[in-house]
Amino acid sequence: MLRYLIRRVLGVPFLLLGVASVAFILSQSTKGDPLSALVPERMMNNPEIVQAVEAQWGLDKPLPVRYVVYMKNLVQGDMGTSFNTRRPVARDIAERLPATLELVVAAMIVGTTLGMAIGLLSARFRHSIFDNAARGFALLGSSLPIFWSGLIMLYIFSVQLKWTPGTGRLDARTQAPEGVTGFYTVDALLAGNGGLFIEALSHLALPALVLGWSVIGIVARLVRSSLLDALGQDYVRTARAKGASDRVVLINHALRNALIPVLTVLGFTFAYLITGAVLTEAIFSWPGIGSYAVSAARSLDYPAIGGVTIVGATAFLLANLVTDIAYAWANPRIKVSG
Amino acid sequence: MSAAPLLEIRDLRAAFPGPHGPVEAVRGIDLMLDAGEVLGVVGESGSGKSVAMMALLQLLPPSAIVSGSARFKGRELVGMPRGEIRQILGQEIGCIFQDPLSAFNPVLTIGDQILEAIRLHDRKISTQDAKRRVLDLLASVSIPQPDRRVDQYPHEFSGGMRQRAMIAMALANNPSLLIADEPTTALDVTVQAQILDLLRQLAAERGIGMVLITHDLGVVAGMARDIAVMYGGRVVETGTADDIFYDTCHPYTRGLIAAMPRLEKITEKLVSIEGTPPSIFDRPAGCSFAPRCKLALPDCRATDPSLRPVHRTSVACLRAEEIVAGTQGAVRAEFEKGAL
Repeated sequence: MLRYLIRRVLGVPFLLLGVASVAFILSQSTKGDPLSALVPERMMNNPEIVQAVEAQWGLDKPLPVRYVVYMKNLVQGDMGTSFNTRRPVARDIAERLPATLELVVAAMIVGTTLGMAIGLLSARFRHSIFDNAARGFALLGSSLPIFWSGLIMLYIFSVQLKWTPGTGRLDARTQAPEGVTGFYTVDALLAGNGGLFIEALSHLALPALVLGWSVIGIVARLVRSSLLDALGQDYVRTARAKGASDRVVLINHALRNALIPVLTVLGFTFAYLITGAVLTEAIFSWPGIGSYAVSAARSLDYPAIGGVTIVGATAFLLANLVTDIAYAWANPRIKVSG
Repeated sequence: MSAAPLLEIRDLRAAFPGPHGPVEAVRGIDLMLDAGEVLGVVGESGSGKSVAMMALLQLLPPSAIVSGSARFKGRELVGMPRGEIRQILGQEIGCIFQDPLSAFNPVLTIGDQILEAIRLHDRKISTQDAKRRVLDLLASVSIPQPDRRVDQYPHEFSGGMRQRAMIAMALANNPSLLIADEPTTALDVTVQAQILDLLRQLAAERGIGMVLITHDLGVVAGMARDIAVMYGGRVVETGTADDIFYDTCHPYTRGLIAAMPRLEKITEKLVSIEGTPPSIFDRPAGCSFAPRCKLALPDCRATDPSLRPVHRTSVACLRAEEIVAGTQGAVRAEFEKGAL
């Protein structure tokens, strides 16, 4: 197992270089002019300035040369400088990634716990009113577009009911807590600042719910169907023949087997949300990686696009790795060999 | 015969909801088993033998409709509340299933699953005592190196070893009744004999009554005192093992016996009963076996005969007496052809 893990981890950098190459080539081959982000519009017809800017950012060099330079820098951990922010892409990402991670982790917690609970109860009370209602709720979560459900929920809970504060990670004038993890809720707790924790949590709650709702839908439906599948298996009859109650059968026997497919989906959902939380971040003014990606793509900010792509690919690779480990742990029939 | 039977089944019926109303899989069967004895229930797949046993243990899907009576030690099992029958299942009645691979939970160790069987009925037992009992049980079914095997998963066991573990699990709480549903069907022939020997020995040692469900008359031959032959959801013939083997009347039982491959009678071709068992969705009127029976008369397709004593066994066949005599008309012709 350990040898397998080491081999998998060692492979990650090479995969990332491949992903970065593809991202580089794809973004460079799109039609569009990154200069519009670099040169103010009124100076665009001044060839001297344009040339100077091109030379400054290396845009005057042919594509293969730029590629070699980019990859060389990348290997040394330098993702280049963003055209938009004029700051190192790595620093931008380091600042914004924790915000996205905090949102995604919260959404995953919401989605997994509620999704599992709903799926479990749905399977236990199949075809009951609860089951039908829960399935409808889950279906809504995975089919309503977030830009709609997010706005509606923001309107209801924040504007009308005033249960939650407005957008952003904290109130406008609040100083962010000392960065240890970059998760404001966790950092506030670490600093022993209860008031700040409540504030960060209340800001997090609504976007996490909106994003988590889609996860609830995925998880609840999968848990329900794989539980029902497990409940029809021979080993469930064996357990009943031993005198096990419905609860014991469900929890000890069916659920453990049903979780195996759920684990796979959870890993991929997590990775997907890292870059897929764009809409939620946009609606709730969440300064995360998603909104960064959108502005980078809009202005053909090659270095930033590359950086975000690498982050997304890393998330997928790591999620894949963690899923495989969890899978081997949950399913004794899987033998991992080095 | 002792006073009260261990298990007494009267007019047990089991039906499943179908697209055109309920479909009966078990159509009123009577069976009796004394303590410490072995009852063989024999029939082809689809004859309702497994469904009947699962029905009285309330192990059928909730949609199944079960009626009639099944008294275990005088207690009525049919309609017994779930909470009450759970106390009996795994405690006083143990079950062994056909395919020990799918019957074990793949993600739990063999030891944990046997431990669960003990724990479900003895909540106060200490972990140490329970683990010791698991090891003893594994040893009692001749699983080598039980202390190593106990932490292995079902897929790490061979088929025969899994079935031994299944037997150990069924015996975990010293039941007085064992229901073995095709316990050797999924196993190699050589392993079959070992498992049957083990079952016979354990049942005899511990005085366990056993219902042995099988499609193979050869399996019950050396084990059962009584045999019930099922066809189309009913018992078509019942009697002691000897009488069934040597003085059978029912054409179906005769067919089953003729179909048993024998060493001393090397024939060129294996004998088989022509046709297939009736589907429960489309059961013929009259005797279920009539469409496949060489002796069937028009009467056989009109009336469904009930079980009645003829000669040495109880038979559900209109022509049982003629078969016993073996002298008249078609019966005689069939005898002369050597088909019966």
